[in-house]
Amino acid sequence: MSELKYEAPKSVDAAVALLAAGDDSARIFAGGTDLLVQMREEMIAPTLLVDIKNITETRSVTIGADDIRIGAAVTGAELGEHAELKALWPGVVEAVELIGSAQVQGRATVGGNLCNASPAADSVPALTAANARVSIAGPDGVRDVPVEEFSSGPGQTVLAAGEFVVSLVLPRPAAGSGDAYLRFIPRTEMDIAVVGAGAALSLNDDGTCAAVRLALGAVAPTARLVAAASEIMVGNKLDDAMLAALAAAASDTCSPIDDKRGTVEFRTKVAGVLARRATTIAWQRAEKN
Amino acid sequence: MNEISNKRPISNYKFVGQATPRPDGVDKVTGRARYGDDMIVPGMLYAKILRSPHAHAQILSIDTSKAEALKGVKAVMTGADIPTHPLAQPPYPPIIQDFHDLGLNIMARDKALYDGHAVAAVAATSDAIAREALKLIAVDYEVLPFVLDPYKAAQPDAPVLHDDQYTDGTGPDTDKPSNVFRVLGGERGDLEAGFADADVVIERTFTSEPVHQGYIEPMACLATTSEDGGVELWTSTQGHFVARTLLSKLLKMEMAKVWVTASEIGGGFGGKTTLYAEPIAVILSQKTGRPVRATLTRPEVFRATGPAAGSYCRIKMGVKNDGTITAGEADIWYQAGAFKGSPVGRAVETFFSPYNIPNMRAAAYDVCVNRPKVAAYRAPGAPMATFAAEGVLNELAERIGMDPVEIRLKNAVKEGGESLKGHKHGRIGLIEVLEEVKAHPHYKAAIGANQGRGFAVGYWLHGGGLSSASVILQDDGTVSVATGNPDIGGSRSSMRAMAAEELGLDVELVKPIIADTGSVPYSYQTAGSRTTYATGMAVINAARDVIDKLRDIAARKWEIATEDVRWDSGHALPPDARKGDIEPLSLKELAAMATKMGGAVAGHSEINATGQGAAFCAQLVDVEIDPETGFTATKRYTIFQDVGRAISPDYVEGQMQGGAVQGIGWALNEEYIYDAKGCLQNTGFLDYRMPVASDVPMIDTVIVEVPNPNHPYGVRGVGEPPLVSAPAAVANAVENAVGKPMSNLPLSSPKVLKAIEEVAAGN
Amino acid sequence: MAKHLITATVNGDEVEYTCRAGETLLDVLRTNLQMTGTKNGCGTGDCGACTVVLNGRPVNSCLVLGAEVEGAEIETIEGMATGGELHPLQQKFLDHAALQCGVCTPGFLNMAKALLEANPDPTETEVRFGLAGNLCRCTGYDKIVRAVLDAAAEMRANA
Repeated sequence: MSELKYEAPKSVDAAVALLAAGDDSARIFAGGTDLLVQMREEMIAPTLLVDIKNITETRSVTIGADDIRIGAAVTGAELGEHAELKALWPGVVEAVELIGSAQVQGRATVGGNLCNASPAADSVPALTAANARVSIAGPDGVRDVPVEEFSSGPGQTVLAAGEFVVSLVLPRPAAGSGDAYLRFIPRTEMDIAVVGAGAALSLNDDGTCAAVRLALGAVAPTARLVAAASEIMVGNKLDDAMLAALAAAASDTCSPIDDKRGTVEFRTKVAGVLARRATTIAWQRAEKN
Repeated sequence: MNEISNKRPISNYKFVGQATPRPDGVDKVTGRARYGDDMIVPGMLYAKILRSPHAHAQILSIDTSKAEALKGVKAVMTGADIPTHPLAQPPYPPIIQDFHDLGLNIMARDKALYDGHAVAAVAATSDAIAREALKLIAVDYEVLPFVLDPYKAAQPDAPVLHDDQYTDGTGPDTDKPSNVFRVLGGERGDLEAGFADADVVIERTFTSEPVHQGYIEPMACLATTSEDGGVELWTSTQGHFVARTLLSKLLKMEMAKVWVTASEIGGGFGGKTTLYAEPIAVILSQKTGRPVRATLTRPEVFRATGPAAGSYCRIKMGVKNDGTITAGEADIWYQAGAFKGSPVGRAVETFFSPYNIPNMRAAAYDVCVNRPKVAAYRAPGAPMATFAAEGVLNELAERIGMDPVEIRLKNAVKEGGESLKGHKHGRIGLIEVLEEVKAHPHYKAAIGANQGRGFAVGYWLHGGGLSSASVILQDDGTVSVATGNPDIGGSRSSMRAMAAEELGLDVELVKPIIADTGSVPYSYQTAGSRTTYATGMAVINAARDVIDKLRDIAARKWEIATEDVRWDSGHALPPDARKGDIEPLSLKELAAMATKMGGAVAGHSEINATGQGAAFCAQLVDVEIDPETGFTATKRYTIFQDVGRAISPDYVEGQMQGGAVQGIGWALNEEYIYDAKGCLQNTGFLDYRMPVASDVPMIDTVIVEVPNPNHPYGVRGVGEPPLVSAPAAVANAVENAVGKPMSNLPLSSPKVLKAIEEVAAGN
Repeated sequence: MAKHLITATVNGDEVEYTCRAGETLLDVLRTNLQMTGTKNGCGTGDCGACTVVLNGRPVNSCLVLGAEVEGAEIETIEGMATGGELHPLQQKFLDHAALQCGVCTPGFLNMAKALLEANPDPTETEVRFGLAGNLCRCTGYDKIVRAVLDAAAEMRANA
């Protein structure tokens, strides 16, 4: 029986060093709301847990002139209390705030949600729509990766041995921008998303769409951008015909599975419905900005 | 919240029917109360159970040697350590208790019959070591074909679970082993004539999935054994006397050597009326000579403890245009899980029971499948049967254009009526309940867009049976009320209120306790909605016994005959003729003199309660459906129940509200999900979706009191009726919102969305 | 065997314990510290019966490690009543009959306390969503919600 070790480094370099010294079963521990569950269910058996909650860079939210940096170990509750971030990226914040109960929110982190790489992760479609980048530290230094390229499959990421996610970087949204995230769950709370849709867009002065990113979660092995969204929306005003075309494109983008949370048929339909609704909310928010 | 929330009758009693503080309440809000897993004793070992990963498999061999060698492991056991019992023989009682099955369900011997079936266990010095030891036990399985569906399992070509089980009762061919254990049925009148007489006949098929009781506390127990064969068991159970009986018979021990104390219990709903981990803890304790705690994890609770049976039902009912129900017949297949014993008797009993139908037939099949053995869940067998019968009745009402409450009023069973199983009704309150529905604002409230209103009625005849109570007077005039029924939902309050009322003593001076098996005579379980009724009667009798003894003391003090001493409002009173010269004596005064006048005073009662009366519960539900996703929100809920007399109204309301919300879960989201290998996929609360606080509205309650004359306070059991009609009412609301029959529980969003689309497409 | 020696504050008192890396705060509270008021309903953060307040935030103690709370302030149900007086929430739960079997009650009380500290005047909907992480199978939530709203009103009046 290999005894589990727990370490709590105080710097990025110290964390990298610990990971380098450990074997490939070592895990980063932030909120633990996925990690500890998987350990308890004996799906994984790490020998080392590296707690990153004592590292400044993982715990801070910095709002700059051009971009916004969210530490990987900032909790959902803390993001929800960050008035400025909520005003700038309400969709990203509401997505993270949907992860679990109030108790889970007190611990769950955006980095953890991303790295757990569930196809149904709530933060990912919103971060993808927001054009976020993932900032990674490792033995070879620092690199970043667009969030839509970060997960390579269910439970899998592009992190190489010894790397971990330090923070996420979002662009500062321009005036006339808005984002939103919606998900379908069987109850009103406490469920994993059956479908998730994150939309981020910006409007021209004439009220037409200048740019849009629409991403879907839980309908494919990883979150997916609806490629046709730009073509359908850019240069146009919001109307029923556009929304219908968008819904159809969203349904076409899906390749979901049947599992204990939803069926192919249901997910495909609801993806279209949520794409339409999330886009509408993002549009309304954009009009106000 | 709605303009009227809860309606309850005004009580003319001093304590019965009044809001009184919960005796165990402070302990429970401070965390002091001790549940099954909260007892810590020095030297305690931790037990862990190894379970089959296969739905159906021959166990070829089990090698525990490596586990035994692990440091910290003190004992290991397998199914061979549990004594065998012969299979029960006919005639079979309505509710089967077969020790042969019980032992094998607790731990398999030759065959694993479901994913999660226990095959071995260890006791170690820590939970972590015990878990590690399980990984070192090598089990050689030969995987067999499995069957999960009861209708399929009843067919001749299905994989057979027990090659020593043959069908008993009317029905299939009985000389081949079968998964169908038996068929129970009842019939009366002339069905053919009845259906011919109808103007409208509807035939439908309904299905429901197994659902778990969902108690928040997993099973937990602590067994301490001694070298002279004694067993002390601390366990979370609905009935510690039954636990003692089952344990001693199963393990072939003298009952006198087994002493069981009930811990506080974190929910049961029928699920904790049998044994799971207790025999394992006892055997491991005997092997090690140390106390052993066995607590199930949540996945074990789902994989291996008994849910309510899933069902497949074919039902047909006919009505005349004036609303008279002329005939009803139903066949229902219940999945018993791996061993026989699904609630077939209660199904037959409840199918059409709210109504006076001259021509009726019901048959229920008890079918084994490769799933955990079912256990009771709040009115076992009734919610599924009611779902079917009320579903058809609602459709018939709509077809003939009759109001759903009116059709039930027209056919309502009354005093003197008889259920299909021959229970003759005394005074009952179905009409009163229905009249309350009609008079309620919810009934006439407007319905909004995408909304639907549902209505259903349920019937339940609760249990009576053996209960004992001791009422013990202390010399300061306070009283202990000792019973043998664990307190699941506030029954201590009710026992206290009834004792206080009888004695004329303030409730604050009455202390109810749950005594262990050595301290009070036998009491059957806190189950079957029997406790306030039967144990209440025992408490009342014991209190009256105390009063008689106090009257006797007063008589001796006053030098008159005992029969001349009256008792009123906590005082012994002289006859009218002597009012001038004899002062009344209070209970407190009599208590102070008791020991000098003969000895300690205590009253006792050991009864077998009978005379129960049926209870009826009606529910009105409004749902709102998102037409694009099928998401169903429960917007408004009112539940009406005849409780006979509400001893503790707050807790009666609580039973009604709790049952209603369990019904919402059953109707909308709860089910067991198995994979292609027959293994359970949703072993936790994440994917076994019970309602959370944001899923439900306030549950408004209307307490109706039509007292049962056979109980001193008119009590009818309240715990179970609220679940009987709840899934039916919620399903009916969804049907009305969608515009199409919905016959397959749970009505999860994909099913609802599909129905909406079919209606839109004109189907 | 690597053990962590941890000092933390529980209900205002300093406590010290040793634990292995994989032991959760729930394990530590119930086994090492023998404080059994915090309950284990599922072990995976889905029922809230193990809710405690950690550095001012309500969390599922089954998903916190015993080894990570060095120097932390932890509040459990055992500390809710003070000086022989029940907290208004505890009293209101009793007054409203907001418990039946009572096993979910410690978790609810801790969560409600945290909820009201963050939001002293919640609507019914806010209470329901705030408590969505606490499962109750007995009450159907009605009386729990009423008790929390009533306690909130009393606490505001006495603030």
